[in-house]
Amino acid sequence: MATQDQQLIENNYMCDPDADGGFVYTTLEAAINWMHKYSLWPMPMGTSCCAIEYMAASCSRYDISRFGSEVNRYAPRQADFMFICGTITYKMAGLVRRIWDQMPEPKWCIACGACACSGGMFRSYSVLQGVDKIVPVDVYVSGCPPRPEALLQGLITLQDKIMATDHPLKDFFRTHDFRKAQRGDTIPAGVFDD
Amino acid sequence: MPTETTTAAQTGTAEALRKIRDRFPTLSFREFRGDTTLTVPADQLTAVMRYAKEACGFDMLLCVSAVDHLPESPRFEVHYTITQAETGAILLVRCVAENDSDPVVPSMTGLWRSANWLEREQYDLMGIRFEGHPDLRRIMMWEEYPYHPLRKDFPVAGVSLESENGVFTEKAPTDGAPFTTTPSGRTAAEREPRSRG
Repeated sequence: MATQDQQLIENNYMCDPDADGGFVYTTLEAAINWMHKYSLWPMPMGTSCCAIEYMAASCSRYDISRFGSEVNRYAPRQADFMFICGTITYKMAGLVRRIWDQMPEPKWCIACGACACSGGMFRSYSVLQGVDKIVPVDVYVSGCPPRPEALLQGLITLQDKIMATDHPLKDFFRTHDFRKAQRGDTIPAGVFDD
Repeated sequence: MPTETTTAAQTGTAEALRKIRDRFPTLSFREFRGDTTLTVPADQLTAVMRYAKEACGFDMLLCVSAVDHLPESPRFEVHYTITQAETGAILLVRCVAENDSDPVVPSMTGLWRSANWLEREQYDLMGIRFEGHPDLRRIMMWEEYPYHPLRKDFPVAGVSLESENGVFTEKAPTDGAPFTTTPSGRTAAEREPRSRG
C-alpha cells in the first residue's frame, strides 16, 4: 500500500485528500494538466460529413460535455484545441492555418476522419493530403466518417496526452527543497504506513 | 413505339421543337431516348436561346457543362440544359467553341440569371470564356490558380505549385492510378477499385 501511494505521488496524480487535514497536495504541472484536460474548448473546423458526426457527438445522446469539451468556440482566440472534421481543400488550407495561428497557446489539434488525416479518398488536384502538412496534429481519428464514439475516444486520447505533458516548472519543483523533503525521510510518520 | 399516355413534358418538348425548327431551319437536331439535343453555332446561340426562352417557354436554365475532346478539333463544346418549369420538358443545347486555344461562347446571363455561377464554374474548371459575362471570375479555385483542372491535359493528381501568398498545392500520391473496377469479378477484391496497371 505504501509503495502504491508513493507511486501515485511520483506520477503526479492528486494525493490522498484525507491526509493533512483535508488538504490536497499535488504538483503544479499535474494540477495545470488536470485543469486543461477537463476544460478543453474546441474550435470546430467542420467542413464536411465528419462535422455531422461531431454535431452528434456534442448533442445529448453522445454528450461530449461529459468530458468537459462542450463549449464550442467559434472565435479562435477563445479555443483550446482545433477539431478538424472534414476535407480540407488547398483553397481552405490557408484559412485553417490562419485560424490555427490565431489560437492562443497551449493548443492542440485533433484530425477527424480519413480526409483530415490523409486526404482520404480525394487523391486529387484540389485536396490537401492530410492537415498535418499545415498544422501539428496531436490525435488522428480514423473513419469515414468516424462514429461519435470514435470522436470521444480521440478526445480522451488527447486528454491522456495532456496529462503526460511536462510543465516547464516541473524540473524546478523536482529539485526544490520542498520536493526533496517530500521524497526523503522527513515525511510525517503514518502517512504512508499501512 | 406507341405510348398509352403522352405526358405534358413530351407535348411541351414536341411543340417547342416544332417552333424552333420552323424558326431556325438550319439547326441540327438529334434525338436519343426521348431527349433532344440541338446543336447551335456560337454566333446563333443567343438568338436561339432567346427564342427558346421567350417564345417556347423554356424559362429555367438547369445546367451548364462543358466537354473536352482533347485529340480532336474543335476541342471544346458547351452544353446548356434548359427546361419548362410548367411541363418539365427538357432541351439540351450544344454549342461548339471553334477556337481551341481560347474557347469563347456567348454568355447566357442576360437570359437566365442562374447562368452566372454555372458559367463561372465552366470558366474556372474548363477555361471556357463566356462573352458578355458580367463577373467572369473563378468560383472554386482561387483567383491566382494558373490552371483549368478539368481539362484533359491536366493530370488527375494535380501539380506542385507554390505561390507568393503561401497557398500551395502538391501532387496527390496516386500510387498506381488509375484505379479500375471489374464489375463482373467473383470476389469483392476483384470488383472494387484497384490498381491494375
